[in-house]
Amino acid sequence: MSDVSSDVRDLANREYQYGFVTDLETDLAPRGLSEDVIRLISAKKNEPDWLLEWRLRSYRHWLTLEEPRWPNIRYGPIDYQDIIYYAAPKPKAELASLDEVDPELRAMFDKLGISLAEQERLSGVAVDAIVDSVSVATTFKEKLAEAGVIFCSFSEAVQNHPDLVRTYLGSVVPYKDNIHATLNSAVFSDGSFCYIPKGVRCPMELSTYFRINAADTGQFERTLIVAEEGSYVSYLEGCTAPMRDKNQLHAAVVELVALEGAQIKYSTVQNWYPGDADGRGGIFNFVTKRGKCAGANSQISWPQVETGSAITWKYPSVILQGDGSVGEFYSVALTANHQQADTGTKMIHIGKNTRSTILSKGISAGHGQNTYRGLVKVLRSAEGARNHTQCDSLLLGSDCGAHTFPYVEVKNPTAQVEHEASTSKIGEDQLFYCRQRGIPEEDAVSMIVNGFCREVFKELPMEFAVEAQRLLSVSLEGTVG
Amino acid sequence: MLRIENLHAKIGDNEVLRGVSLELKAGEVHAVMGPNGSGKSTLAHVLAGREGYDVTGRVLYEGQDLFALSPEDRAVAGVFLAFQYPVEIPGVGNLYFLRTALNFVRRQRGLDELDAMDFLTLAEERMKLVEMDRSFMNRSVNEGFSGGEKKRNEIFQMAILEPKLAILDETDSGLDIDALQAVAHGVNALRSKDRAMLVITHYQRLLDYIVPDRVHVLANGRIVQSGDKDLALELEKHGYAGLEQHAASDRSTPVGATP
Repeated sequence: MSDVSSDVRDLANREYQYGFVTDLETDLAPRGLSEDVIRLISAKKNEPDWLLEWRLRSYRHWLTLEEPRWPNIRYGPIDYQDIIYYAAPKPKAELASLDEVDPELRAMFDKLGISLAEQERLSGVAVDAIVDSVSVATTFKEKLAEAGVIFCSFSEAVQNHPDLVRTYLGSVVPYKDNIHATLNSAVFSDGSFCYIPKGVRCPMELSTYFRINAADTGQFERTLIVAEEGSYVSYLEGCTAPMRDKNQLHAAVVELVALEGAQIKYSTVQNWYPGDADGRGGIFNFVTKRGKCAGANSQISWPQVETGSAITWKYPSVILQGDGSVGEFYSVALTANHQQADTGTKMIHIGKNTRSTILSKGISAGHGQNTYRGLVKVLRSAEGARNHTQCDSLLLGSDCGAHTFPYVEVKNPTAQVEHEASTSKIGEDQLFYCRQRGIPEEDAVSMIVNGFCREVFKELPMEFAVEAQRLLSVSLEGTVG
Repeated sequence: MLRIENLHAKIGDNEVLRGVSLELKAGEVHAVMGPNGSGKSTLAHVLAGREGYDVTGRVLYEGQDLFALSPEDRAVAGVFLAFQYPVEIPGVGNLYFLRTALNFVRRQRGLDELDAMDFLTLAEERMKLVEMDRSFMNRSVNEGFSGGEKKRNEIFQMAILEPKLAILDETDSGLDIDALQAVAHGVNALRSKDRAMLVITHYQRLLDYIVPDRVHVLANGRIVQSGDKDLALELEKHGYAGLEQHAASDRSTPVGATP
């Protein structure tokens, strides 16, 4: 097989489309991290004492922690005192309705292809738009309220639904979970909150769009979704950031709680700025995402497409506590240029007859390093648990790498755990075959890569599947398969 | 339509083609026969634009220099290769693949693209030519296809893309008699006065079904003999051994098998 061809190289070096900066008047906290900064964030949000105490407990614990060395990623030390922990676009005035959103902000979201005007949303997706540290707009709130669904910024939820927040905050990801989650618990500034009442099928897709705009800031948001008995919700997350030479830290926490018979699908298309072709700049995406299938026969799915960030470190996981509950993880992770990803999942089987599926597709190009790391843990109590894991890696070129670290711990002899893995290189044979039929090389590469990812794209909501394919620089003419 | 003049091709230090000359006119079907390692597949690959060969000599296709064109431009110009080993492309639907290819070619030729419905109509009509089952239209390209299905699929693709010059590389290998007849029937249906075909084969039996206008024997990278269809029968009787001796007299270095 000969060297990587020029068009494969172009795909690996693809341009980042969302690298612009919007000139917004921004309210900033002083640089650095201290109890004072945490008190300041809490005061700005007018938080109750219990929440401030929780933040401070987290901060004091964080001071005792060191960054883990086990991930298969390389980066220099992070200067936590050089980060701005709170940045909020200044509102021009109190908003009475969405129509009054700052035109600059609205224009920024239009440029990102996200409309904040409800009447323009044909697809019926409700959006919570988060810029830097705060939520700037949430659409379709009234319509969702009619169905009893609460969908608002985290800050609003603290004010308006404090009991729900207090019950579930930290119930899936405790503040001591890991260093990045602990930092988030101390300084989180906003995020989305969603509550689906008993028996309600959420009438539209919910989504959060994260945008980092200000320089030198970190984004630390929290998302909490609670699905009551027999309810259903599909949730989407998207993200972009400007191109900058310095790395920016994004350390988010997502907690999902599914009660008896509830279903949550949480889809992510992650497109943070990945850094330039030489590996300068880009987002450090250190994210803790976990769901708890608390009730019997509940279900949590994590489809994700990870194409951005200089470094991705995340393991969307499911605690399968309820009997007969189901956890799913479907992932496409692309690392090009000098991007690094160490991503995978944990499936913790506690309840009887719990089932989990893991499907991971890693694509490495340029100097990209792509690691799958997964844990399947079957506790003694998990009679009849089943897992199926499939990890496939595709290499484009000869300077990139694919790594797989599957961990399996089984304490119940009735469990069935299957693992399949493959690594392939995009073949000169495949490219030549496509070109001989008249398909130019770059389109052939896209086609082959998309074919490789198809099983995962199938799990995404339609709108996201299209976005995901486009992200992988594809001309599949707008349809899946 | 196709004029090959003194074509040499090397992979590394191994000279596989050592001066092939051939002329193929529109409407003609020529067979190229030869033993394993004689350079048959290399000839097919070089004509289709496969990279990795060091090529000298000249190939004129409809008066233009074929080597100046990329593989995809050759496809647009009407060159089609039916592969000896069709490649699997997991996750890419067979029909989707072919429609994408056809529309790229049509756009380059200044024609309108076919929409999904029109394409489906065309595909259903053409798949009858090779008695292909509808069910594997929506399976991934060649994935899990049997040897026979892969070869039918190649001829089906040819029927859709309607090339001017079709090169069939060992299309008969690995086929049982039913599949061989179906494939040959498809090929014969596509013979026309505007289309030339180069049929590359090891065995004579394919030529019972696809009767060529001319037969060339390739040995050690050269055409050592040309004749009409009876030459194939003669070869069947005496084998390639005699020919190799014939070619060996002017051989300078030993020639290894093509990879």
